[in-house]
Amino acid sequence: MTTLNIRRGAEFSRIAGLGVARGENAVPNEDIIEPINSSDEWIRKMTGIVTRVRADEDTSVLDLSERASLIALEQAGVSGAEIDAVILSTITYPHMTPGGAPVLADRLGSTGAAFDISAACAGYCYGIGQADALVRSGNARNVLVVGAEKMSDFVDPADRSISYLLGDAAGAVVVSASDTPGIGPTVWGSDGAGSQLIRQTTSWLDVRDDRDTAFPTLVQEGPSVFKWASFKMAPVAREAIEAAGVTPDDIKAFIPHQANIRIIDQMVKQIGLPEHVKVGRDIVDSGNTSAASIPLATERMLRDGDAASGDLALQIGFGAGLVYAAQVVVLP
Amino acid sequence: MADTTEILAGLAEIVAEETGLDTAEVQLDKSFTDDLDIDSLSMMTIVTLAEEKFDVRIPDEKVKDLTTVGDAVTFIGAAQG
Repeated sequence: MTTLNIRRGAEFSRIAGLGVARGENAVPNEDIIEPINSSDEWIRKMTGIVTRVRADEDTSVLDLSERASLIALEQAGVSGAEIDAVILSTITYPHMTPGGAPVLADRLGSTGAAFDISAACAGYCYGIGQADALVRSGNARNVLVVGAEKMSDFVDPADRSISYLLGDAAGAVVVSASDTPGIGPTVWGSDGAGSQLIRQTTSWLDVRDDRDTAFPTLVQEGPSVFKWASFKMAPVAREAIEAAGVTPDDIKAFIPHQANIRIIDQMVKQIGLPEHVKVGRDIVDSGNTSAASIPLATERMLRDGDAASGDLALQIGFGAGLVYAAQVVVLP
Repeated sequence: MADTTEILAGLAEIVAEETGLDTAEVQLDKSFTDDLDIDSLSMMTIVTLAEEKFDVRIPDEKVKDLTTVGDAVTFIGAAQG
């Protein structure tokens, strides 16, 4: 009987480099309140957001991705040519095909495998789980994971449900082979019964068939999403800690998707994190940047001294799908 | 199964914990939004904690019908059967 060869990869993987690129403009609440008949005070109270970063009109998702990736590559000490796989998580790349990842790979000098994933605000953690598996299976040695969004292309300025939260940014990391464990097991899943809680307003076919149909934008059932994220994600986060074989006392930083400060605060309470754990709250200045928000918050915590290289961080992404993923990682 | 007084007392504890209000202010005729100044996200927290405390399910689409504390107490009592 003929048997197949299989590859055996590195025993462990780790995040070797991190880079981010925020939209060029910090947009204050005052600039967006008129169409939603709201106030700076209300937005701060309900979301914690003071400004959201938004990109220039001629800056694309791939421009943001490239800027973030170049920083991550430099920090990791890896050239574009050494990247064997590029995973781009985005819901705002404006082409159904080709994917954005091959174009990004080409810009960086990589001819490695390249594909997009659609896991919305969980996309970065989905990508980390995939990269970890690729490195340990031997199918890649260096994987570039990018979470990138230009959400401002898909917002309705008059929408009171989600548009005012959203920002544009990219976060990139290089996941490489490692002598020691740097990425804990990924705890992930979906709940498609909640597929309508965060959604695109209309299908592309509706736009094709009826020229009067408005360009699709994003909407959400805010209170329902708050309830799901705040209370259903806490057990997932605890499971990720347990799966990594550590305790909450070992965690130095909690870096959740930056959906809403109220969700973040409630999650901290529900998970029962010790007081010493620093919490990522980059949403205050950057807004909700979907797949980019966790690397953005990570970069901010490292820059502000709230976390240091080598610290254990619990990260969890959750969003439209509904989908979610969490893991404990060693910070680069 | 709890009676109205017990449900009100339990709900008042949850509301007080979430809002910082005194439990005595949480009365049957009080409106969650107009009288107790509870926003939509705090309301979801209260609903979730009430579901756990009273072992009932309060569907998200029903929450908007719970205008007063009395509405919530009645719903929870009926859900407990």
